[in-house]
Amino acid sequence: MISAGIDSGAKNVKAVIMKNGKVIAKAMVPAGLDAKVSAGEAYDEALKTAGLARKDVQKVLITGAGKKDCDFAQGEITEVGARAKGIIYAMPNARTVIEVGAEEGSAVRVNEKGDVVDFAINEKCAAGAGSFVEAMARALETQVEKMTDLYDRSTEEIVMNAQCAVFAESELVSLVHSQTAKPDIARAVLTAIADRIVSMMRRVGIEKDVAAIGGVALNGGFIKAVEEELNIKIAVPADPQYISAIGVAIAAAAE
Amino acid sequence: MAEERKEFWRWPESRWTNPEIDWKKGKYITCGIDVGSVSTQGVVMVDGGLCCYGNIRTGSNSPDSAINVFNKAAEGTGLALEDIQYTVGTGYGRVNVPFGNRAITEIACHARGANWMYGPSIRTVLDMGGQDCKVIKIDEKGKVTTFFMNDKCAAGTGRGMEVFADLLGIPVQDVGDMSFVVEQEPPPVSSTCVVFAKSEAASLLRAGWPKEKVLAAYCSAMAHRVFLLLEKVNVEKDFAITGGIAKNQGVVKRITKELGIEACETRWYNKAYADKNVPFDTQIAGAIGAALFGKALSEKLGN
Repeated sequence: MISAGIDSGAKNVKAVIMKNGKVIAKAMVPAGLDAKVSAGEAYDEALKTAGLARKDVQKVLITGAGKKDCDFAQGEITEVGARAKGIIYAMPNARTVIEVGAEEGSAVRVNEKGDVVDFAINEKCAAGAGSFVEAMARALETQVEKMTDLYDRSTEEIVMNAQCAVFAESELVSLVHSQTAKPDIARAVLTAIADRIVSMMRRVGIEKDVAAIGGVALNGGFIKAVEEELNIKIAVPADPQYISAIGVAIAAAAE
Repeated sequence: MAEERKEFWRWPESRWTNPEIDWKKGKYITCGIDVGSVSTQGVVMVDGGLCCYGNIRTGSNSPDSAINVFNKAAEGTGLALEDIQYTVGTGYGRVNVPFGNRAITEIACHARGANWMYGPSIRTVLDMGGQDCKVIKIDEKGKVTTFFMNDKCAAGTGRGMEVFADLLGIPVQDVGDMSFVVEQEPPPVSSTCVVFAKSEAASLLRAGWPKEKVLAAYCSAMAHRVFLLLEKVNVEKDFAITGGIAKNQGVVKRITKELGIEACETRWYNKAYADKNVPFDTQIAGAIGAALFGKALSEKLGN
């Protein structure tokens, strides 16, 4: 059985090919102007890595913000469902999954079969999404990837008052003007987004193990900020950005 | 740090001196300073009449902004700080007015100021500020009876509009008029969050929408957002809009259309003033209210 899963996100499109329950290839391309084209590119790149052609795949499904824009997928599944299935494949002991994508953040509680027990999602406000961190990194004149390093060098805890990403940007600029150390600001930014995610986790109930997926999971500073706030360990699976796409491919194989 | 490009969000500062008032003949000379998050206004009132005002962008330092706006307002009038009997500070930087005698909340000041600017028949004031938006119900004396406020989210605030003006490269003061240059009213931008609305607007532009149409979609989204706040109170007539966005007809007309209630013209800025090219600034309501409180407090002190 060969199946494929596409996760068409706001920023990147991920594709995964699975054969008999194992991931055999994956690919990620930036989401371009046309989600349809980007989905095709990611899919074909993953197929190329696997040494397969589209006709070899028995079932391909899609999820993500751009899931309606695809001309080859045979169906779609929800983002939350994809996360639940994907995380149980990667980490069978995970029961709570947090994800911070470019334009949404979520907390999902799952059972051992990869079914969704409960979830909370924020897709209305950038304050709980990856774009918050990006906007702040831009205002700090650094890159998102360097935020962890800055976080680690912070010596003083400061709190950002603004929740809104737009207001936080002005607040950040005044912090910079008042000579606040960059590492302390970076830490305040990551703590702020961690706060948003933790409040969603509390809403669904926190059950161990807790896993983080999506691009922001690679941001060690963010993970540390969540760990510090909850005083528990957060596990990050290998290739956290692909977990949803894997979940989609699993769903495709099951159909 | 500053990029080499035009800053479209920079709205024009303003000032005005009332030629009909000679402050030297006044009994009560009071000053109101409204240090907001985005803009700062200062007015001097002589026996409850508007003598002069200034409206500037808030700098990184509130005390400096307070002094700068006083100097802007007093420009050419010969007024100095020593001539002022009582100064009331308001707005988020109200405690940072170095020459302030007292600080009063912006809700109370806006209510009082709107009562002066629009008349005692005003019952509902919508103040659309730089980083907040508030609906205030007032009585015939300009006293606050109830209010609702959004200061958590940039949607529906002046800052949100500035961000959009910058994105589209349209001077912020032209946004309102341009938003009416559409054949048909487009559906509002669907994202509430300004950050998401920006990416939505970018994709609308890529899809070939003219800038005017995108602005129309954003103005109506902002109007709807504010309408939801207005719905929390029973909006009674007369209704007035103050703050920077009150100058943006693209938002104002869409709010009043959705609400089904017209917004009042100010009593202060009438045709006689218009004929004399008096600049009308909806942003000074808070500072006017502060100066009027200053007069009341000054009278109490008996000086």
